Amino acid sequence: MKLAGFLLLLAGWALVLSAVILLSSAAPRAAFALAGVAVELLGLALVVRGHLIPRPARERNVHD
Amino acid sequence: MTDPAMTLAFVCLLLAPLAGAGLALINCGLVRSRNAAHFMLAALCAMAIAAGMYFVCGFRFSGSAGGPAYDLFVAGKPWSWIGAGPLFLRGVALNGSPASMTLLLEMLSVTLAVVIPLGAGAERWRLGACCASSAVLAGWTWPLFAHWVWGGGWLAQLGANYGLGRGFVDVGGAGVIQVVGGLTALSVAWILGPRRGRYALHGMPTAIPGHSAVFVLFGCSLAWVGWIGLNSAGALLLGGMDPGGVVLVAVNTTLAACAGALAAVAITRLRFGKPDASLSANGWVGGLVASSAGCVYLTPLAAAVTGLIAGALVIFAVELLELRFSVDDPGGTVSVHAVGGIWGLLAVGMFGHLPPGPGDAHQWLAQVVGIATLIGFVLPLTYGLNFLLNRVVPFRVAVEGERQGMDLFELGAGAYPDFVTHRDEFGQR
Repeated sequence: MKLAGFLLLLAGWALVLSAVILLSSAAPRAAFALAGVAVELLGLALVVRGHLIPRPARERNVHD
Repeated sequence: MTDPAMTLAFVCLLLAPLAGAGLALINCGLVRSRNAAHFMLAALCAMAIAAGMYFVCGFRFSGSAGGPAYDLFVAGKPWSWIGAGPLFLRGVALNGSPASMTLLLEMLSVTLAVVIPLGAGAERWRLGACCASSAVLAGWTWPLFAHWVWGGGWLAQLGANYGLGRGFVDVGGAGVIQVVGGLTALSVAWILGPRRGRYALHGMPTAIPGHSAVFVLFGCSLAWVGWIGLNSAGALLLGGMDPGGVVLVAVNTTLAACAGALAAVAITRLRFGKPDASLSANGWVGGLVASSAGCVYLTPLAAAVTGLIAGALVIFAVELLELRFSVDDPGGTVSVHAVGGIWGLLAVGMFGHLPPGPGDAHQWLAQVVGIATLIGFVLPLTYGLNFLLNRVVPFRVAVEGERQGMDLFELGAGAYPDFVTHRDEFGQR
């Protein structure tokens, strides 16, 4: 899940760069750039989810 | 630049190290007393290593605007992606020229950036690992992004190449220093995992209070002075501001910090019944961080609003990260520096009054591209580098070290030896 999240982060960044390079009209460029940011947020959510501590581990964390 | 401007920039740069000292003091106050000396030593070592790495190779990669750099040509447009300056500053004229003053600004900035992750890894991050991670941050990650923004790189050229306002604007380092440091802090917190005993059986975090609210609040005052110096120097050297503009920068920086602290005091008072000193301090620093990006382009009202929103964002981000995302960040550094910095960068696009640049009015899109680069490229890069480094130099201290305290375990002496109660002196004989 973490790896997929980081790959999505990079993919979102690539979308933003592609929008800036390939599109010249203002509206489509902004829309594609924001779509890239949305993909990044999706990736960030996956990375965060991959780092959540499962409940049993939290209980061990108390007893250590 | 005129001579008075250069003199003023140098005076401002002399204040800049107080920002790092303030941050170190704030985070030192937020850790338990058994880890205080270790934290301060780690901060000192990290700053020393950062300055050394900048001298060895950092300047080569970050470079300066107009200096030698490697360009890629994408669709016929040059993309300056990394500097090509000399190693060990060989042949660089350190003579008070604008280029040499920018070099000094960068060197001081990188020493501030490496202090930020220490707050997230406090109480469990080994000293050797702190130093290794700081070396990687100062020698590679930071210079790369600094070149893109401050060294005339592709983010700075978004205006000239693609008509996005004046390109990515960040004169005080909200992105270059704060967000890069904050994202590295997040990576370190993830890699280290939470402190033992941090999360209770039902999943709620257990409060582990810091040992000195006085250090925390005094650190805020030091950081305030340092930030005024850093923002003013950045605006003079990178924003092309006239010397008289330092008054506006100082007023904006102060207003943003005050608004951030007041927002944090009000929110914690409303939510918890009493104001929280450490969270209010975080709100203060969050306001400072948010003010950095556009300190010279904001009106005082806009700076106050930016700080107010930053202070509120920091409080909610601290809660979100601790309660929902299991990120154990003793200093609240991810919320303050990453979240506050990203908001500050956006605020330039929303409220900034920038002089006409080569591009059209789409400044906000240039800021979004910069933020997307930080989240989409810098975060994976810094996480990957620290993940690999953790395999070579294990980050986390042994269980015994965490129980005993880092001071005794790694340094052999505590920060406050007078606080030790000796049974021989006070017990019954």
